[in-house]
Amino acid sequence: MRVPLSWLREYVDLPAGETGRDVAERLVRAGLEVETVEQLGADLKGPLVVGEVLSIEELSGFKKPIRHCFVNVGGANGTGEPQEIVCGATNFAVGDKVVVVLPGAVLPGPFPISARKTYGHTSAGMICSARELGMGDDHNGIIVLPPEYEPGTDAIELLQLVDEVLDIAVTPDRGYCLSMRGVAREAATAYGLPLADPALLDVPPANSFGYLVKVDDPAGCDRFVARTVVGVDPNAKSPIWLQRRLQKAGIRPISLAVDITNYVMLEVGQPLHAYDKQRVDGPITVRRAAEGETLTTLDGVERKLAAEDLLICDNSGPIGLAGVMGGASTEILDPAAGPGTTEVIIEAAHFDPVSVARTAKRHKLPSEASKRFERGVDPEAARAAAQRAVDLLVLIAGGTAEAGVTDIAAPHPVRTITIAADLPDRVAGTAYGRETVTRRLQEIGCSVAGADVLEVTPPTWRPDLTDPYDLAEEVIRLEGYDNVPARMPNVPPGKGLTEAQRIHRRIGVALAGAGYVEVNNYPFLGEAAFEALGLEPDDRRRRTVKLVNPLNDEEPSLRTTLLPGLLGALRRNIGRGNTDLAIYETGTVFLPKDELSVAPRPAVDHRPSDEELAALDAALPDQPRRVAVALAGERLPSGWWGKGDQASWADAVEAARTVARAAGVELTVRQGQRAPWHPGRCAELVVAGTDRVVGHAGELHPRVVKALGLPARTAAMEVDIDLLTADGPQKVNGPAVSGFPVATQDVALIVDAAVPAAEVEAALRSGAGELLEAIRLFDVFTGEQVGEGKKSLAYALRFRAADRTLTADEATAAREAAVAEAVSRTGAVLRGA
Amino acid sequence: MSAPNKSYDPVEVEALKPEVVEQARDEAVAAFAAATTLDELKQAKVAHTGDRSALSLANREIGALPPHAKAAAGKLIGQARGAVNQALAKRQGELEAERDARVLVEEAVDVTLPYDRTPRGARHPLTTLAERIEDTFVAMGYQVAEGPEVEAEWLNFDALNLGPDHPARSMQDTFFVQAPDGSADSGVVLRTQTSPVQARTLLDREPPVYVVCPGRVYRTDELDATHTPVFRQVEGLAVDEGITFADLKGTIEVLVEKLIGGGLELRWRPSYFPFTEPSAEIDLQCFVCRGESVGNPDRPCRTCSSEGWIELGGCGVVNPRVLVACGVDPNRYSGFAFGLGLERILMNRHNVADMRDMVEGDVRFTLPFGMEI
Ligand SMILES: [Zn+2]
Repeated sequence: MRVPLSWLREYVDLPAGETGRDVAERLVRAGLEVETVEQLGADLKGPLVVGEVLSIEELSGFKKPIRHCFVNVGGANGTGEPQEIVCGATNFAVGDKVVVVLPGAVLPGPFPISARKTYGHTSAGMICSARELGMGDDHNGIIVLPPEYEPGTDAIELLQLVDEVLDIAVTPDRGYCLSMRGVAREAATAYGLPLADPALLDVPPANSFGYLVKVDDPAGCDRFVARTVVGVDPNAKSPIWLQRRLQKAGIRPISLAVDITNYVMLEVGQPLHAYDKQRVDGPITVRRAAEGETLTTLDGVERKLAAEDLLICDNSGPIGLAGVMGGASTEILDPAAGPGTTEVIIEAAHFDPVSVARTAKRHKLPSEASKRFERGVDPEAARAAAQRAVDLLVLIAGGTAEAGVTDIAAPHPVRTITIAADLPDRVAGTAYGRETVTRRLQEIGCSVAGADVLEVTPPTWRPDLTDPYDLAEEVIRLEGYDNVPARMPNVPPGKGLTEAQRIHRRIGVALAGAGYVEVNNYPFLGEAAFEALGLEPDDRRRRTVKLVNPLNDEEPSLRTTLLPGLLGALRRNIGRGNTDLAIYETGTVFLPKDELSVAPRPAVDHRPSDEELAALDAALPDQPRRVAVALAGERLPSGWWGKGDQASWADAVEAARTVARAAGVELTVRQGQRAPWHPGRCAELVVAGTDRVVGHAGELHPRVVKALGLPARTAAMEVDIDLLTADGPQKVNGPAVSGFPVATQDVALIVDAAVPAAEVEAALRSGAGELLEAIRLFDVFTGEQVGEGKKSLAYALRFRAADRTLTADEATAAREAAVAEAVSRTGAVLRGA
Repeated sequence: MSAPNKSYDPVEVEALKPEVVEQARDEAVAAFAAATTLDELKQAKVAHTGDRSALSLANREIGALPPHAKAAAGKLIGQARGAVNQALAKRQGELEAERDARVLVEEAVDVTLPYDRTPRGARHPLTTLAERIEDTFVAMGYQVAEGPEVEAEWLNFDALNLGPDHPARSMQDTFFVQAPDGSADSGVVLRTQTSPVQARTLLDREPPVYVVCPGRVYRTDELDATHTPVFRQVEGLAVDEGITFADLKGTIEVLVEKLIGGGLELRWRPSYFPFTEPSAEIDLQCFVCRGESVGNPDRPCRTCSSEGWIELGGCGVVNPRVLVACGVDPNRYSGFAFGLGLERILMNRHNVADMRDMVEGDVRFTLPFGMEI
C-alpha cells in the first residue's frame, strides 16, 4: 500500500513539521512495515508553470516531427512576452494549456533547464510530459491540462509534484491497512489524534427499486450493494487531484468511472466494480460457475471457469469473476473508440475470502480487489463506498444518482470475544491494568463491556480479531513492544549436545584439521548428474524425491548422494584457478522409501493420533546424514623442501578413517567396486567387526573424471554418518601401559599381488597373539626379486609383555606364530626363507 | 720401577728436582694456552699429561724414594699436575665454547622461509555461526533439536496455524514434492522454515521445552546477491509455565550481546506470523554507522543500506493454536519462539557483500574463517 503523506493528512491532522520519515517511524513501531519513504519532487525546482500554446510551426527536414511554438506563460518569464520553445511531441494544439518549464529550473534527474539553440531556433524551456516531471512513466505525450487554468500559474503546486509516499508492506492480518482509512486509523492512534473516517457518510437506506440483484450463494457473497448513476458525461476526465492521488498510490489512471472505483477502493478499502449499465442484460445474479462456462475478463483473456468460481452474471451469462476481475462484455466504454458509457452500475460487495483466494490462485489473477478480499474487507463499508463513488460520479461527470438503492445482506452474527482483562498482562509479562486494556481496545474500534472479564466486540473492519490472544496482541502492540520489560526465563538444567551432535561437530573439526575446506551445495540435481557418475540404470541412487516446481527443470530431484554437488564445487574452484583442493561437505541426502505414500493432513484442534503422526513420517523420504570429500591436485604441496604429494585414492580412504576416528568408530577397508569410483581403486568402508558397509572411497573412474571435466586422479569419499554411528558410543577402556622393554622384529612376506594387505596384517595380528603391541607395514615392493604377479610386504612387529622383559626366544616364537598364520591364511611365503 | 731405597735422595733424582717439575708444569700450561683448536689441545694433553709426559714419568719415580722423601715429592708433583689439569680444563672449556658458538652460527637458517606444507582446512562460517548460537543457548540450558528438511505440509504449515487457504501460505514460496502419482498432492514440501521442528519437539516431549533448532530451509527464490533458495535458520522455542513476551526480550538481548556485542539498541517491531501472537520483527541498530547514515547522503552505510537498522529475525509468543495442535495445554503452558536468518547475520557480522559467496563453495571465501567464528 502506497500512502501519499498529503492524502493521509486529510484524515489525520498530523503536526505540520512531521516528515514522512517521522510518520514512518511511528507506524513501524505500531506494526506497519514501511519499506520506503519516497521523496517525490525532492530534486525538482521551478519555474514550472501553466502555459497556453499560442502558435505552432511544424518544422520539416528532420528525422522526426519537430514543432516550433510560442507559449504564453503569463508573467512567469519576467517579461510577459510569449516564450519560444521547440518541442518534439505532437499531442497538443494551439490553445491547449500545457506545463512549461522555464530556464533556471531543474527537473527530476536532476536535469537543469537552460535556453539553447536547437533545430535552428531558440528553445527557452520545455513543454513537459508526465514522465519528465516524475509523475509516472506511463505517459510519453505532453500533459494537456484542463482549460480553466491561467497561464503562469505554478504547476508544481497544481500538479502536487512535491510529496512523500510511504510504501507499506501490509501483513496478511492487517487487510484494513490496504486503505487510506486503515492506515489513517493507525496513524491517528499512534499520534493520539482524532480520525476523520472517510466511511462516515450519509447513505440513503436500501429500497425496493434499486437494480435487481439475486444472490444465489449467500455464503460466498454476504453483501451486495448496487447503485446506479445515469446521465454521465462520457467525455468527462478525472481531475488532476484524482489522477495524481492514483499515480502516487501506484495505480494508473484509465477513465473517470474506473478511476473513481479505484480511488474509493484506496480510500476506504472496499473494492468496487463499475458496469456499463446499458451493456448489462437484465438482473444481476451471484452464483457459482457451471461446468464448461467461460468468461473473458477485462484483460482480454478467455478463462475456463471451475465449479468453485463465484461469478457475477446477467442474462447473457458470466460478466465477472466475483472479487477478482470484471468481464470485458460490460466494461466501461472509452469515448475515443465510439459512444462512451453514460449509465453506470456501481457494485460494492463482500465476498468470502477463501473463495476469492482460490479463484485468484486458480486463474493466476492476483488483483487489487482479490488482494483485499483475501485479507478481509469491512462488509459494513460497502454502502459508504458505493455512496462515495456515486457522489464523485455526480460531482465530476455530471451524472444523476438514481434513487434506487440495492443492499442485500446476509445476517451477520455479532462476534463477541471474551477476554480476561489481565490476559495482555500475562502474555506480555508486565502490568497494563484494566483501564489501559479497555482504552486500547476501544481505540482500534472495539466495543468493550465488563470488568475482570471483558466482552469485546471487534469492529467490522477487523475480521482478523477472533480470539482473546488477538486482542492481547493489539493492546501490547499499541502500548509499544519497547515498553515490555526484558527478563530471563528460569530454564531447567540442560543436557548439552547429544552424542550425535557432538560427533557431527567433531567430524567437521577433524576434516578441517586435516586440511579440508567445507562447502555447502544445493541438493538439487537431475539425470545428467547420474549419467556423469556412470550409475547403472537400476542404481538405487537414481530413485529420487522429485519436486513439482524445481528452480531449474533440468534439476528436478533431490540428491541421493553428496558427490555431484561436491564435484561441481571442485570443478568451480578449479575453474577459478584454485588447483590444489581438498573439500568436504556434510548434509542430508533424500532416499525415497520403498513404499511411497501421501502425508495426511490431520485436524489442528487437537494433537494428531500416534497413527496419524506415524503416517506423516512414513510419507517422508529417509534423510540420513552423509559426509563426503573430494580431492584434486597436490595434497601436500611441493616447495623449497622438495616434491609434494599428489592427492590420491589413499587420501580419500584416509579421510574416511579421519571421519571414523572422529566418530569413535574403527573402520575396516575392503576392496570394493562401485560407481563412480575406479574399479581397481575403490575401497569399501566397513565398520570393524561387522559387515555394515558405510561408504566408499578411492580414485574416481577415468570416465567420470572426463565427463565432469576434472583433473586426472581426482579422488573422493562418501560415508553415511548415521550408519557409521549406528552402534552408539563405544566406551574406551584405559590401556595398562607396560613399562617393560619392547622387542622389535621385522618380517617380509611375499604374497600374490591380489591378496589385500589388510588380510595379511589381520593374519599376522591374530597369529602373533597377545604379546603383539603394534604392527606397521613399512614397505611394499614388487619387482623381479619377488617374482611376476607377486608383492613383498615388510612389517615391523613390536612385542611387549605387561609383566616381564621378553626374551629374544619369546619374541621370535611370537613372530613365527604370526608368520605361520599369514602363510596358512594368505599363502604368504617368508621372504629370504 | 725401582724398589724403595732408604739412601735414595729425591734431590738426586733429576726428574723430581723442583725446577724440573716446575718447568714441565709451565711447558704444559703454555702448550694448552697455545692450542687454538680442540684437536691441538688434545695433542697437547697427550704430550703433557699422557703416560710419556714428564710429570707422569716424574710421578713414577716417587715410588722408589725413601719414605721420608715421598711426601714432599708427592706434594710437589701433585701441585704441578693440579695446575696442569686446571689449565687444561680451562682451555678445554674455552675452545668448546668457541666451537659451539661457531657451529650455531654455521647452522643458522632463514626462518622466514615459507612452510605451507601442511594443507590448511576450514569449516564453513555458516556452520560455525550456527554452532556459536547453539552454544549460547546450550549454556542457558537449551537442547539442540533437529528435524527433516523434506517435511510434511501439516508440520510446516497446518500445525503452525497456517491453514490451506491462509494468505501467509502464498507468501512463502514453497517447493512442493511430487506425490507417488506425480501430482503436487503429496502433503510433503521442502520446509520453508525451521518452525516445523518446534511442532515436532512439542509433539515429542512434555514441557518444559527449551530448544534451539538450526537447519537448512528452502524457498523458491532465485540466487542473487541477497537471496538464496537454500538458506539457514536458527529457531528457538521455549514452552513452560508462565513464559511471556518479556522472557523473549530478555533472551534475545542475551543472544545479541553474545553474538554481536553490547551497547546496541534493539527495535521491536510488531509484525505478523501465524504461529506467534504477538509477533515481532527484531531490528538491531546498525553497528557500523549506529544510525548516523539515516537521511545523511554524505555518509551512506552499506551494511544497513542507510536504514540505520538491520533485520535480525522474527519472533513472538507462541500462538495457543500451535500448542493445541501439538497437544500442549494452552491454559497451563505458554511459550515464545524466534527465528534468525544465519546468512544475513553472517553478512552483517562479517561484512560479506554478496550472498553468492556463501553458496558457491569457493575455498578462498571459507579459508579465512578457520575453525570457529
Ligand atoms: Zn549502517
